[in-house]
Formats: sequence, C-alpha cells, structure tokens
Amino acid sequence: MDQQVVFVTILGMALVTYVPRLIPVWFLSSRNLPAPMLAWLRNVPVAVLAAMLFPSILVHEGHVNLGFSNLFFWAAIPTLLVAWKTRGLFAPVAVGMLAVAGARALLAG
Amino acid sequence: MKNAPWITAGPARPGWLSGLSRALPIVLGYLPIGVAFGILAQKAGISPANTLLMSVLVYAGSSQLIAVGLLEAGVSGLSVILTTLVVNLRHLLMSAALSPYLRKWRKVELAAFAFELTDETFAVHSTRFAYAGANKAETFATNAVLQTVWVLATWLGIVIGQLIVHTQPLALDYALPAMFIALLVLQIKDRTQVGVAIFAGLLAVVLLRAGIERWNVILATVVGATLGLWVTQWTNKSSS
Repeated sequence: MDQQVVFVTILGMALVTYVPRLIPVWFLSSRNLPAPMLAWLRNVPVAVLAAMLFPSILVHEGHVNLGFSNLFFWAAIPTLLVAWKTRGLFAPVAVGMLAVAGARALLAG
Repeated sequence: MKNAPWITAGPARPGWLSGLSRALPIVLGYLPIGVAFGILAQKAGISPANTLLMSVLVYAGSSQLIAVGLLEAGVSGLSVILTTLVVNLRHLLMSAALSPYLRKWRKVELAAFAFELTDETFAVHSTRFAYAGANKAETFATNAVLQTVWVLATWLGIVIGQLIVHTQPLALDYALPAMFIALLVLQIKDRTQVGVAIFAGLLAVVLLRAGIERWNVILATVVGATLGLWVTQWTNKSSS
C-alpha cells in the first residue's frame, strides 16, 4: 500500500470529519433556538444511537437474520439486561463481548 | 428513571477530576475498539505512523474501521474521503444537539470541543449537560483523557497485530454494538423516546436493505427525531 496516498487520504478524512462537528456548535451556540427545535434536538441522541445500533445487530451477512447464526442479535439480550441493571458502560460491554466470544468458542469447538 | 451516579453526581470535586472519573467507563469501551482498529489497520498494510495519525486527526472509530476496509480493498483515496464524510455527517446532528448548552463558550473553546466530539463523548456529554450544565474543565478533561486512550489503544493494537494471527475469537467486533446498547439505555428518558429508538433503528435497517447504505443513519435519525417531536406535541395538546 502506498503510504503517501494513505497519508493524504487521512488528511482529507480529518477535514470532512471536523467540519460537520464544528459548524453547528460554532453558529448555533450563540443563538436562541425555538422551543420545537430544542425538543427535536433532544430526540437526536436516542435516534442516532438506535440508527447506528440496529443494523449492526439485526443484519447479518447482508440479510435481516434473527436466527442463532446471528450471534450479535442474541448477545444483545444479555447486554441489554446488564445495561438496564447497572446503568454503566463497562459491564454491558464486557458481558456482550464475553457472550459473543463464548458462543464462537462453542461453535468452533 | 434512575441514572448511574457517574452521570448525575454533582461537582463536589474539582472539575478536571470529575471529568476524569466520567471518562473511565468509556475508556473501557474505547480500549477494545481502538485495539481492534490498530490490529486491522496493521493487517491491512497501513503503516504504524499513518494508523496513529488517523486516530489523532480523524478520531471517529466506526469511520476509521470502514476506511481500513476500503483501503485494503484498493478503493481510491477520494472515495474513502467521501465515504468518511457521509458516515460522519451524523456528528452534525450531535453538534447541533449540544450547542444549546455551550452558549457562554468562546470560539476557540468551541473549536477544541468540536474536534473531540465522537459518538461516545456525545452520549456522555449530552446526558451530563442535561443534568448539570457544561462545566469546561470537566468536559475538556473527559475529552483529553478519551482521545489519549484512543491513540494509546490504537498503538496497543498495532503491537498486538504484529503478534497474533486470528482475532475473531476475541469478539472485538462486538465492543461497538454493546457500547451503543449501553449508551442507548442511558439516553432514553421516557416512553416516547423508546418509540423513537425502535422506529429510527428499524428504519435504518429498512433503508440499508433498500440499498441506501451510507445515508441510512442520517435519514433514520432525522425522521425518528421528527416523529418523536410530533408525538410529544400531540400528547401535550391532547392532555392540556
């Protein structure tokens, strides 16, 4: 791989990642936003997290799959339970990874 | 709804110390993802210097992992950059969502804050700001620790990548989904938002299956958040 091309690509990636992070706080933080806009923005965290999560656990090898071959979906159940109980980050992440690693070990064994 | 003390506890300690303690749970989520990125970049043939540079300058986990896959597949640099733009455009919404809390910040502080706005720092800050406002020392301490950890985890991954061959049994690829589950649980405040989450999540899947691969997250977020707003306004009207 040509490392110079990778280097220039990284600079481009950095630019297109930073600008969308910057523009809203730069221009909106000094303004009074209308109440409906604020209410809409309060829904954004939940919506964006779910929109990133669902495809990663429901779609397996290009198809919606809720069978046992889709480990990510089934591992989500203990992960969700632990997240609900502990309201932390470490315990659910550890449980989820252990569930997937354990299932892979059993299937491979 | 009950929340973890690390989100709700008041500023009894100095801001920077409080910021450190708030970073800790994410550190444990970042480590496996950063390590996974380092390993995969190493295997893809990206030099250690470029791998570290990406974690310093881009600092956006999922897009870095996607970029590694594309570069390995021989996709052109311009396509990688355009894909990164679309994948990371969701930060536009996150930045907008945090802006009401940052009214008193100077421009240079906003510029520094925006550079370290990731899915995870967003999830923590948006929950924290809603409870206690935006404390600068605390916020910057959290961000500085987390990006340092991200770069160190990347380096660790590069080292590990040179040692082991098979990484699949470690389930590193589940760190990100598991973290999103945990962050989602912390974020949901009422029943409407449970609906918003399920709707936006399923819509993202439907759009993905319809062939809208790069835009599905942004579209699903906008439609889901808007639907939630309508439901809230409609319930408020009918109850008043």
